[in-house]
Amino acid sequence: MSIGHTLLGLLESGPRHGYDLKRAFDEKFGHDRPLHYGQVYSTMSRLLKNGLVEVDGIEAGGGPERKRYAITDAGITDVEHWLATPEKPAEYLQSTLYTKVVLALLTHRDAGDILDSQRSEHLRSMRILTDRKRHGDLADQLICDHALFHLEADLRWLELTAARLDKLRAVVAK
Amino acid sequence: MNAPAGSLLTAEGLRKAYGPTVALDGADFSIHPGEVVAVMGPSGSGKSTLLHCLAGIVPPDAGSIMYAGRELATMNDAERSALRRSEFGFVFQFGQLVPELTCVENVALPLRLNGTSRKEAERTALDWMGRLEVDDLAGKRPGEVSGGQGQRVAVARALVTGPRVLFADEPTGALDSLNGERVMELLTDAARSTNAAVVLVTHEARVAAYSDREIVVRDGKSRDMERAV
Ligand SMILES: Nc1ncnc2c1ncn2[C@@H]1O[C@H](COP(=O)(O)OP(=O)(O)OP(=O)(O)O)[C@@H](O)[C@H]1O
Ligand SMILES: [Mg+2]
Repeated sequence: MSIGHTLLGLLESGPRHGYDLKRAFDEKFGHDRPLHYGQVYSTMSRLLKNGLVEVDGIEAGGGPERKRYAITDAGITDVEHWLATPEKPAEYLQSTLYTKVVLALLTHRDAGDILDSQRSEHLRSMRILTDRKRHGDLADQLICDHALFHLEADLRWLELTAARLDKLRAVVAK
Repeated sequence: MNAPAGSLLTAEGLRKAYGPTVALDGADFSIHPGEVVAVMGPSGSGKSTLLHCLAGIVPPDAGSIMYAGRELATMNDAERSALRRSEFGFVFQFGQLVPELTCVENVALPLRLNGTSRKEAERTALDWMGRLEVDDLAGKRPGEVSGGQGQRVAVARALVTGPRVLFADEPTGALDSLNGERVMELLTDAARSTNAAVVLVTHEARVAAYSDREIVVRDGKSRDMERAV
């Protein structure tokens, strides 16, 4: 995720201090991974240098977290552009799991076992996410659902591969 | 057979063939009170057959099934069907509600069959329908409610007798993912609140994620993933 664009986007509704930006980011998007203050400062100084934000005031007491930042017109255009640009879908073509399955078949190990343990590992993560979703608010639900759908996609591939192991074994043996 | 300590329902070495087709080929299973166990595996691997054997619906050709310290095979048909009526609850892919009865009459039915008075049965039925958030459908017939609502009514019916084991075979198979998850949430909450064990057959990972652990059935053999690691 682009931290710069996200912080910039948060500034669009009004100027904020460094500490306030960090808090808003953590609350809305940080979840498991809150920002370090260092990340906030380095990002803000880059945005300043590029003219996307300006310093709008400094609170007494000093320290970079006391600076109040405001977005510039160039900053608004930048956010606009970022939002309008579709994300490139991940390609998922380099699959470690596929490699493991083929190597297992090549070396006459049990590829079914590998798929079973992977399913089990995926389900473990999915249980944690499901539980968090159950007890969380709407934001938690949406974030967990995103992860759950991706894990589910992996598992569907895994079931399909399990069903085709005999064919794959024949192909690999050639 | 040595049932694992504290387990409510345990099976060992189950075999079942339908003519030349071997549906179960040495399957094991065990579940504790309050536990939700997902039974996963490819189509035709023997999941439903395992569930039917565990529930005493289908007799295995070989192997043993212990429920609460009793071997199912030593019971006669009347005892087994009494067990199914009073200790077990069932939910299948299609709710299998009686179309001529209203929803509350459907939910009350298992209690009525056990000899509970109509008034008492419907009071308990309404209570369960409330827990599954379908009490407002009490007077409707199954044909007049949506698939997701009907499935919640079916879950209420399965739980109305306070079963110690709930058997669910693809309970969300006919629902979209939002409805399916709501059914799973309510089903597992309700089962946990009564400490019922749930045997959940599903091929959907998102549904299995509501379980505490999973077993995988392949070619009639089961694999307990928890014990495997
Ligand atoms: N009543 C029956 N008569 C004959 N064969 C049966 C019967 N029930 C099941 N089988 C066979 O036994 C095997 C296991 O079937 P089962 O219904 O247990 O599979 P399953 O894992 O539940 O599959 P699915 O995911 O498609 O529901 C299959 O080959 C099936 O054709
Ligand atoms: Mg089945």
